[in-house]
Amino acid sequence: MSTMIETAERPAPNLIRQPSGTINDLAIRVGTVNGSGSQSANLVLLRSLHRMGIPCSGKNVFPSNIEGLPTWFHIRASAKGYVGHRLDPQILVCMNAQTADDDVRQLKPGSICIYRDELHLADLRDDVTFFSVPFSRLVEEAYPAEAGDKGYRDKLRKVINMVYVGVVSYVVGIDFDAIEWSIRREFPGRKAKAAEINIAAARTGHAWAEANLPRNLPYRVERMDATNGQVLIEGNRAAAIGAMFGGASVLTWYPITPSSSLAEYLEEMLKKYRTRPDGKRTFTVVQAEDELAAIGMAVGAGWAGARAITATAGPGISLMAEFVGLAYFAEIPVVIVDVQRMGPSTGLPTRTSQGDILKLHYLGHGDCKHIVLIPGSVGECYSMAIEALDLAQRFQTPVFMATDLDLGMNLWLTSSFEYPTKPIDHGKLLSAEDLERLGGFERYRDIDADGVCYRTVPGTEHPLAAYFTRGTGHNEKSGYSERPEDWKRNLDRLARKLETARCALPEPVIDEPRRTSVGIVAYGGTHYAIVESRDALRERGLDTSYCRLRALPVHDAVIDFIDRHDRVYVVEQNRDAQVATILKTVVPPRLVDRIRSITHYSGTPIAVENVAPAILAREGLTESTNGHGGERLARKSDEPTTE
Amino acid sequence: MAASEAKVSVRTFDGRSLALPVVAFQGSASTLCKGCGHNSITSALIDACKAVGVDPYRTVKLSGIGCSSKTPAYFLQASHGFNALHGRMPSVATGASLANHRLLCIGISGDGDTANIGLGQFKHACRRNLPIVYIVENNGCYGLTKGQFSATADLHQHLRRETGEENLNSPFDLCLEAICGGATYVARSFAGDKKQLLPLLKGALKHKGTAFLDIISPCVTFNDFPSSTKSWEWARDHEEPLQELGFVPRLDEIEVEQKAGQSTRVQMHDGAWITLRALHHDELDVTCRASAMKLLAETKTNEELLTGLFYADTRRDNFIDTLNVVDEPLASLQQDDLRPSKDVLDTIMSML
Ligand SMILES: Cc1ncc(C[n+]2csc(CCOP(=O)(O)OP(=O)(O)O)c2C)c(N)n1
Ligand code: SF4
Ligand SMILES: [Mg+2]
Repeated sequence: MSTMIETAERPAPNLIRQPSGTINDLAIRVGTVNGSGSQSANLVLLRSLHRMGIPCSGKNVFPSNIEGLPTWFHIRASAKGYVGHRLDPQILVCMNAQTADDDVRQLKPGSICIYRDELHLADLRDDVTFFSVPFSRLVEEAYPAEAGDKGYRDKLRKVINMVYVGVVSYVVGIDFDAIEWSIRREFPGRKAKAAEINIAAARTGHAWAEANLPRNLPYRVERMDATNGQVLIEGNRAAAIGAMFGGASVLTWYPITPSSSLAEYLEEMLKKYRTRPDGKRTFTVVQAEDELAAIGMAVGAGWAGARAITATAGPGISLMAEFVGLAYFAEIPVVIVDVQRMGPSTGLPTRTSQGDILKLHYLGHGDCKHIVLIPGSVGECYSMAIEALDLAQRFQTPVFMATDLDLGMNLWLTSSFEYPTKPIDHGKLLSAEDLERLGGFERYRDIDADGVCYRTVPGTEHPLAAYFTRGTGHNEKSGYSERPEDWKRNLDRLARKLETARCALPEPVIDEPRRTSVGIVAYGGTHYAIVESRDALRERGLDTSYCRLRALPVHDAVIDFIDRHDRVYVVEQNRDAQVATILKTVVPPRLVDRIRSITHYSGTPIAVENVAPAILAREGLTESTNGHGGERLARKSDEPTTE
Repeated sequence: MAASEAKVSVRTFDGRSLALPVVAFQGSASTLCKGCGHNSITSALIDACKAVGVDPYRTVKLSGIGCSSKTPAYFLQASHGFNALHGRMPSVATGASLANHRLLCIGISGDGDTANIGLGQFKHACRRNLPIVYIVENNGCYGLTKGQFSATADLHQHLRRETGEENLNSPFDLCLEAICGGATYVARSFAGDKKQLLPLLKGALKHKGTAFLDIISPCVTFNDFPSSTKSWEWARDHEEPLQELGFVPRLDEIEVEQKAGQSTRVQMHDGAWITLRALHHDELDVTCRASAMKLLAETKTNEELLTGLFYADTRRDNFIDTLNVVDEPLASLQQDDLRPSKDVLDTIMSML
């Protein structure tokens, strides 16, 4: 494809120096071992930055493993609100011998490396500032063994992480008050004793750094006021809250990373907030035997009138395909959340991707086309989960919500969620009284000419309520039919229904302050890299407009956006330019050539470095050796790259 | 027919009584082959539903895919029906029960649908003790796709005709699988033995957990030659009824004849009794899972078509009982129940 360009994962490091000093533009990376208890320490750093009022985000880059393999935590704080992935940290903390060498080699010159003294990293490079820290000694000082404490060594292994929190807080200037507050928050109530131990460890690290490290280090943070009223939350939790307020009444699911926590959060919240005083529940949750059963139960429940939802990831979607095809034809409401990850069953199950979009849109057999909602923030994970449940009922069809691991499992800032204002939508549902008044109904007759027919649910006490649901050909009365005209009429009506839906779906969010010739289209968690890239491009003299797609089928406003621009870069996290492919099928032929693709598909979240240089290159504005991206990325032609 | 005869009295879930026309229990005309065992089962099922007074408005008929799975269109036309996916009826039935626990689920499946593609969902439904009447219309082959072997085809059975290819894999005994999986009412019968089938169906309709019925149902088109164990002839000759059954609603004073020491009475959840009389196998205690499994394992080896009720446990909670849901169906809940208040959202937000 002539419009394709791959983005290199990483520019050659030595070409780009870190800027010589920054305030509130910070990227920290902590390399630890999976299962070593570093999660609390990392959250304390993140929450402290949040507490100081600086926009921030935290990403856990973890292996498919419970214990023993390397894992990294990325923390970003940015006055400008850049909270997407950033390729290069300024501060690297090396706690894991296994990856330390590699991590150090990848640093940009001018970066700071904090490491356990036994690792001996200082000789690896001379363009990085190394701080060797006696972590083992410090933690024993801060947390001496109590006589008879058998679990001491184990606890020590966890508490040691709080020592680097203290060191880092000194190096970048995080207020110790904020650290203390965050530790107490991390170890509330009965864990108060643990809180004190951890505070002591952080304090020891801080004091050691103060006594031994230089003052006025280059990468600093200062208090600001940009996180007031904002909370940190993962997309999966946000979606779970949305599903609860959206009135989900049946959740059926099968565990798969990265969607499991969504189902678990939802179950936890339903138990807490949707149980009546007498202990009776207004919901059911079933962990099914597999995804076939999970979707089968959800479809059965949707058919019988519940607001049913399931959550899964790519491999689960494949198993659900047959039921989704059936639900499309039989017109059964069901919501399916796909928290996307990379590749097949054992692909990169703990790495992010936007690789299911095309499949979701067309999943099934024969002609199928589905509604896909694509949240671009944790706030939208919440609001779109509510919307998905309503849309499924309103259009009597499967509705997908496509998020991804990065959005779903990482912590993002958001303003508090708004209580839904629209009442719960039950769609075109006929009661026994309606049937009495109408004198009957035909399940698949398009009375309102919008493609959406009326339905009844089992349990409706009326002789005219029942109908027979089937995947086979049916006429308007839901009777078995193989007549060509019946089949075609039904298929055409389903297309009409989707067209009605298309106009009711979330519109794209367009930022187009003035006329530009270059437009960017992106969706989902790619948003953050786009925000940052547009600023970077502007600094290089390239003004862009931005259209964030939020749903499929494609809204007219997206097509109009493409029409207003000479060249439109569709940026996405998959190899095959999936949304660009869909767009090319819906724009008028004269616009097809305007659509170009920037794709990123290595499993790491997309970063500004994966976007801005590629656009500059494609625009013929060759990237230079500083700023975002490197020489290697600069390409003038539209030739495909084959690296 | 006099008007009074054309009505069937049924009891609603809340104890009201409705008089429904007989046609409510019938369905559209069968499109199956003439003589297909499935049709006999349909007719027995209609009789059983009428006899028990099943409320069609609170009944759902679900099926997988196959000739057998088409039959929900042929009975209880006043009930919602769902001809779902091959082998996946149990999950759809589970979902329907979750949405509305007042529904009576009648699931119709085939041997291919249950023993082959759907074995997993079948056994998980048993494991959960899903409240469902689960009927397998067992013809030892795939009728709808033209006679291929299913996993209940007997060892050395021939494909389609006496001279057809021989089956070299031993079959599943679905009753054994059901008991082992956890079903709480397990029986086998024969499409041609209405006398036995009817009480077994009635008992199943009254049962409050997984009531599994393996009904031998000859496929006259692909598996009805004399040596086939799923043929009319073979089944008639080899059928060995385990008990003589009589279904007796409690209100009725009459009880079937019983001989002391040989009969077992099983009480259904609604208080109705099913009375069993063991003819050949008085060693079977239908309340004992182990003895039922032992009996089935033994008959599997000596080519008997043992029919009757093998196992019944009316005490174990069914799946829905364990979920502790509100009394009204989840499907009928409105915004007040479905959407917690703004205070709840504020609380959740404040805890982040
Ligand atoms: C996923 C899937 N695979 C295969 C089929 C084709 N198919 C339809 S019915 C059937 C076998 C049915 O056999 P059984 O359940 O024994 O029903 P019978 O027709 O014998 O009553 C098969 C394989 C299908 N419908 N769906
Ligand atoms: S092919 Fe066999 S199973 Fe199918 S309808 Fe005919 S006789 Fe019955
Ligand atoms: Mg069969």
